[in-house]
Amino acid sequence: MAEAVDFKVIGTSPVRPDGVDKVTGRAQYGADLNLPNQIYGKVLRSPHAHARIKRIDTSRAEAMPGVYAVICGRDFPQAAHGEIGGESGGDVSDLAKNIMARDKVLYHGHAVAAVSARSLRIADEALAAIEVEYEVLEPVLDIDAAMAPDAPLLDENCFTKNLPEKPDKPSNIAAVMQLARGDVDQGFEQADVIVEGEYRIPMAHQGYIEPHACVANTNEAGQSTVWCCTQGHFEFRAMTAKVLNMNVADLKFIASEIGGGFGGKTVVYLEPLAVMLSRKARRPVKMMMSREDVFRATGPTSGTHIKVKVGAKRDGTITAATAWMAYEAGAYAGAPMGPGAMAIFAPYDLENFKVEAYDVLVNKPKVAAYRAPGAPQSMHAMESALDELARKLNMDPIDLRMKNAAEEGTQAPYGPKFPAIGLKKCLEAAKAHPAYSRPLPEGAGRGVAVGFWFNVGMQSSAEVHINENGTVTVVEGNPDIGGSRASMCLMAAETLGVPYEQVRALIGDTESTGFSNVTGGSRTTFATGMAVVRACEDIIAQCRARAAATWGVEEDQVLWEDGQATPAPGVNADIKPLSLADIAANAAKTGGPLLGRASLNAQGAGASFSVNIADLQVDRETGKVDVLAFTAIQDAGRAIHKAYVEGQLQGGAAQGLGWALNEEYIYDAEGVMENAGFLDYRIPVASDLPMIDTQIIEVPNPSHPYGVRGVGETPIVAPLAAAANAVRSATGVRIPDLPMSPPRILAALEAAGV
Amino acid sequence: MARVVFPNHLLTFTGGEREVEIAAGNFRQLLEALETRFPGCREALGKAAVAIDGQIYQDAFLEPIEPASEVFFMQRIEGG
Amino acid sequence: MSKVQVSTSINGEEVDFLCEPQQTLLDVLRETLSRTGTKEGCGTGDCGACSVLVDGRLVCSCLVLGVEAQGHEITTIEGIATDEGLHPIQQKFLEHAALQCGICTPGLIIATKSLLDRDPNPDETTIRYWLAGNLCRCTGYDKIVRAVQDAAKELAHPA
Repeated sequence: MAEAVDFKVIGTSPVRPDGVDKVTGRAQYGADLNLPNQIYGKVLRSPHAHARIKRIDTSRAEAMPGVYAVICGRDFPQAAHGEIGGESGGDVSDLAKNIMARDKVLYHGHAVAAVSARSLRIADEALAAIEVEYEVLEPVLDIDAAMAPDAPLLDENCFTKNLPEKPDKPSNIAAVMQLARGDVDQGFEQADVIVEGEYRIPMAHQGYIEPHACVANTNEAGQSTVWCCTQGHFEFRAMTAKVLNMNVADLKFIASEIGGGFGGKTVVYLEPLAVMLSRKARRPVKMMMSREDVFRATGPTSGTHIKVKVGAKRDGTITAATAWMAYEAGAYAGAPMGPGAMAIFAPYDLENFKVEAYDVLVNKPKVAAYRAPGAPQSMHAMESALDELARKLNMDPIDLRMKNAAEEGTQAPYGPKFPAIGLKKCLEAAKAHPAYSRPLPEGAGRGVAVGFWFNVGMQSSAEVHINENGTVTVVEGNPDIGGSRASMCLMAAETLGVPYEQVRALIGDTESTGFSNVTGGSRTTFATGMAVVRACEDIIAQCRARAAATWGVEEDQVLWEDGQATPAPGVNADIKPLSLADIAANAAKTGGPLLGRASLNAQGAGASFSVNIADLQVDRETGKVDVLAFTAIQDAGRAIHKAYVEGQLQGGAAQGLGWALNEEYIYDAEGVMENAGFLDYRIPVASDLPMIDTQIIEVPNPSHPYGVRGVGETPIVAPLAAAANAVRSATGVRIPDLPMSPPRILAALEAAGV
Repeated sequence: MARVVFPNHLLTFTGGEREVEIAAGNFRQLLEALETRFPGCREALGKAAVAIDGQIYQDAFLEPIEPASEVFFMQRIEGG
Repeated sequence: MSKVQVSTSINGEEVDFLCEPQQTLLDVLRETLSRTGTKEGCGTGDCGACSVLVDGRLVCSCLVLGVEAQGHEITTIEGIATDEGLHPIQQKFLEHAALQCGICTPGLIIATKSLLDRDPNPDETTIRYWLAGNLCRCTGYDKIVRAVQDAAKELAHPA
């Protein structure tokens, strides 16, 4: 690993290569492509949260002028059971049913049919002409109802997984998970102080501003090209192929620019429908979700019910901790209870703990990944409980966390020993930060909390082309959501020793570059970055060989320094160094164009820890909470593009604060989401927030050539509890449930009589 | 002999054994040895993530295992 | 349904188009005229991604009918840069890394232009309230507000 460090470009904040197109409206997102002869596809959605489909009659819609095709569940091949693979996981058959219901609808908004028509208006009229007969069933709308012994079943074939023996009857509990170490009973006996808490958080949505959209174009041979906004076009291709029983080679996916994803664009919704409609219509079909569709039918993250108990000695040493956690999966199995369970105690060195987690089916949309999936909810519970513990012990909350903090060599609750991690450095930085000691205004409160995410590596490919004038083109396969092309250019420039401006990065489609897993899990700068560095090293090796051939010396007599081949000390001093441009200009004579390649399955994604400090003020008349100040401190391993790392910390803080203070799925008794729009599902706006202070800690990840840890996920984790703990400080009242919206705050204050 | 630890959700495949000692030169050999000992476990274990001496692998195969290695099977991690 | 002919000006160019009476200006810009720089985030006037100027006034183009554009001057993101290059607001958004995914950026740049045209020296609170109709999910607004402050400075005293 490159040690500290005179980097030339890494750690700077240059303008991104795709920037000009994004500020001038040129950049093309999912809905921005219009093809000649294009028609429009639209989806008919279930008006019921739980119902059996008795009959679908599409004949009137099919007969309408301007309608090209109508499809519904019976038109799809029977999808085999099996893993989807890649990082999104889940079952293929569930994925297939989620994008088009077969015999049952499992949530309000579930797709039941789709049409393609000459215009959006005609498509709407055609949807209205489709007749669907339902047998309405009782919906199961929350964890308690779903786990009740006599609950109506979403799936009569759902037998709880991971139990020692297969249960004798089906239930809505899709899976359980346990993690344990030591003896918690004994641990609690040793405790001087015990705190217990119970916390509920409703479903919340990723809230990317760009709705899902795609254009599919299928030819007479059945080959389809799909343009779409996606976090991973290779995995979208794989999912589409599996759902439609198609050959991967007959599908080409082109990733458009993407207007936010946060995990929500790691699974297909529209793409297989567009392919089918386009095949039937033999025309390009464009499909765009409305915002309402996005809320009702794409993955939010789980609503949760979590109980935590923590015991500690007088000096703050935690002697035992237990957690019981249930996560709403939505309509099909796959809530992120695993990572939630593995994350909840991850920051702490615990001898005795036990975690029990449940994946619970409810009649709501199937959840999808959302930034650090599962961790914000579980860590909100633990970090809230620790805040109460610190109060009981009359101990500084940062000191309490420091007393128990994990470090290199600590056995993580999920198994392995941590390599070098930055938690203690983040805690030290928080303790020393002026934001932690400055006086608070009257009536305001301060809260702190720790955040964590594992980070992942997975598969990436990269190619580096040296153009004839020595400029560099990097081709990789990860859609750029937050400026990753700039980071790739920085790492390539640093490795090759050339100026940043000499390098451009682009994202290839599924036919023009090697496979890469999704942009997600905070893996892109780490794993794809590693592939780019390796591909650049491949170029350097080739350049040294060509310089050696040019000079008539051995390869090991050629060094690569500052972007040029130079003779090793002692080798003929008259030799003039050869720059990348010199070697490129002469490439035809030394073996042809310079092309560097690398593909890998990156291992050793280092965990990233954070500490957040929130100052909030509560209006006791209205219940409104104002954010006065927020400081996000996080270990980035090494910040490649400093401003975009800060941006991840700031954006995660805003998203986490929205979740803490306002955002929630609100359902009526029939299971209809009542706030499926940005007016009522209120994400933070500019006037809700102050400037968000950041401090980047750098404890380099030994597994990455430049020390990178992923930074994208962790920032959303700590704000939930930091906000809850700040409200506790401001009001004297613990509000265990989120969001701490005005009605909930007022009710809590009234109940507490303050 | 490497120390191999299973999480709860995989105990059904090991007859409830949480920890075993296995001699293997790499992860593939380790899986083979485990399959011999616990027939039918290979598919589930192959799908799990694994930490070998603290390093987490989502798709381990030929990673070397030392006699003193600690091998933890764990649930795969995803991300947003 | 018969279409209506509309004559308008977009970014200083005369443009005639046919649209259905219920079509929004946003729909016309994007689907009929392929001016896709203006984005759709919600279609209900809640997110500001479709912000355009109509006779200099900031509006959500999803809340305006195409037929209402008759005789008016429309400014979209495609009309902000000039022959001399990027507008200072665009330049400052780039320099301050005020965009991550960039889908909200066209709307925010239009809204910022409308603010600075009215108030060349807004304080932070004014900026935050003026931009409160433009949702951004990536940045937490910090760098956006700084870009707007810097653009105001640049416009007042060009470097």
